[in-house]
Amino acid sequence: MTWDWNAVSDFMPQFWDGLLITLQALVLGSLISFALGLVWALLMRTPSRFVRWPVGIVTEFVRNTPLLVQLFFLFYVLPEWGVTFSALTTGVIGIGLHYSTYTMQVYRAGIEAVPVGQWEAATALNLSRRRTWTAVILPQAIRRVVPALGNYVISMLKDTPMLMVITVLDMLGQARLFSQQHFQFTEPLTVIGVAFIVISYLASLLLRTLERRLVR
Amino acid sequence: MTSGLWELVLKGVWTTIQLLVLSALLGVVVSFVVGIARTHRLRIVRFLAGFYTEVFRGTSALVMIFWVFFVLPLAFGWQLVQLWAGTLALGLTYGAYGAEIVRGALSAVDPAQKEGGIALSFTPWQRMRLILLPQAVPEMIPPFSNLLVELLKGTALVSITGMGDLTFSGNLVRLALQESAEIYAYVLLIYFVIAFLLTRLMRGLEARLKANVGKAPERRTVTEPGPVGVGGGVA
Repeated sequence: MTWDWNAVSDFMPQFWDGLLITLQALVLGSLISFALGLVWALLMRTPSRFVRWPVGIVTEFVRNTPLLVQLFFLFYVLPEWGVTFSALTTGVIGIGLHYSTYTMQVYRAGIEAVPVGQWEAATALNLSRRRTWTAVILPQAIRRVVPALGNYVISMLKDTPMLMVITVLDMLGQARLFSQQHFQFTEPLTVIGVAFIVISYLASLLLRTLERRLVR
Repeated sequence: MTSGLWELVLKGVWTTIQLLVLSALLGVVVSFVVGIARTHRLRIVRFLAGFYTEVFRGTSALVMIFWVFFVLPLAFGWQLVQLWAGTLALGLTYGAYGAEIVRGALSAVDPAQKEGGIALSFTPWQRMRLILLPQAVPEMIPPFSNLLVELLKGTALVSITGMGDLTFSGNLVRLALQESAEIYAYVLLIYFVIAFLLTRLMRGLEARLKANVGKAPERRTVTEPGPVGVGGGVA
C-alpha cells in the first residue's frame, strides 16, 4: 500500500470546495425537512380521512423507496415536465422531501407525548385552535423532539454524497473528480471518509450538549 | 416498454435481491458478534467493538462503497467480484447499525434474568444463549425490520459503481427510451413492493418469536418510528 501525502495536499483546495457544498446541502435540506415534516405531521391530525390517507400513502411511499432513485426522478423527470432547477437545488429538494417523511414521525411522537391535561387546560381557557397549537402544544412538542431531529441531520449528512450522481460537486464528487484527473484513488477517498467520521462525531457531541440543555 | 427492456429490469431486480439477501446475512452476523462483544466483560473487547460501530456508523455508506470498489484493489491488491464487494460494504456498514440494536435489546432484558442465571451457575455463554438471547431477539425484530428497509434502499447505491442492480437497469432503460418518468416510476414502485413484502415478513417472524417466549405480539397501528438514530436514512 502506498500513501502519497502530496496527493492529499493537492486535493485539499478541492476538498474545501466540496465541504462547502456538502454543508450547504445539509443545512438547506434540514430546513426543508423540518418544515415539511411538521406540515405532514399536522395534516395527519386533521379529522378528514380524505386528507390523512393520501398524505399517509405518499409519505410511506417516499420513506420506503431509495433516495438515489428519487434524486434521479427529480433530476430527469422534472425538466421533462418543464420545471428546471439547478442540480444543487434539485438535490436539496430531494433530500429535504425524503427526510421530511422521517421527521414527520418524530413530530408525531412529540405531539403525542404532550400530556392530555395540556389539551384540556387549553380548552378550559377557551383558547382558539391556532392559539392551542402555537402557544401550548408545539412549544412543548418541539422541545422534546430536538435530539431526534438532530439524529436525522447526522443521517442526512451521510446521504449528501448521493448528490454526486446528479452532478453536484460535493465532497465525494470532488474526490471522484480528483481521482479521475490524477489517477490517485486512495488518498482523496480516504480523506473524505475520515472527514465524514470527524464531522458526524463532532455533530453528535454538539447534539448531546443540546440535548442536556433542552430536555430535563 | 418492450419485453427486452422488461427483461433487463427483471435482471436488475434479481441482482438487487441477491445483494439484499447476502448483505443482510453478513449484516446480521456482524450485528450479533459486535453487539454481543459490546457487553463483554473485558474492557478492550468492548472498546474495539465500540470503535468499529463508531467508525462504520460515522462514515457514509456511499463513501464506504467507493472505498471498497476503488481503494481496496489499488491499495491492497484485493479485487473483489462486484457482488461480493457490494455485500462487504453494505453488510459491514449496516451491521454497525444492527450492533446497536442488539446491544440495546440485550441491555433491556430484565437484570433479574441475568442474576437468576448467575445464581444457577450458568456460564456466561450459557446465560447469553439460553436466557438473554431468547428474550432479547423478539424485541430486536421491529428495529431490524426498519433497518432491513434501509438496507434495501442502500442497495441502490451500488449502481453508481456500475453494478447491474435495479437502479442501474432503470438508468439503462432511460437512456434507451430517452424518456424517464415511466421507468423511474416503475423502479420506485418495485422498490416499494419489495419493502412492503419485507415488512410483512418481519412482522410474521416477530409474532412467531414472541409466541416462543410466551408473549403476545403488541398491536401496532401505523408504522412506528424506529429507535432514535437507528431507523432513518442510515445510508
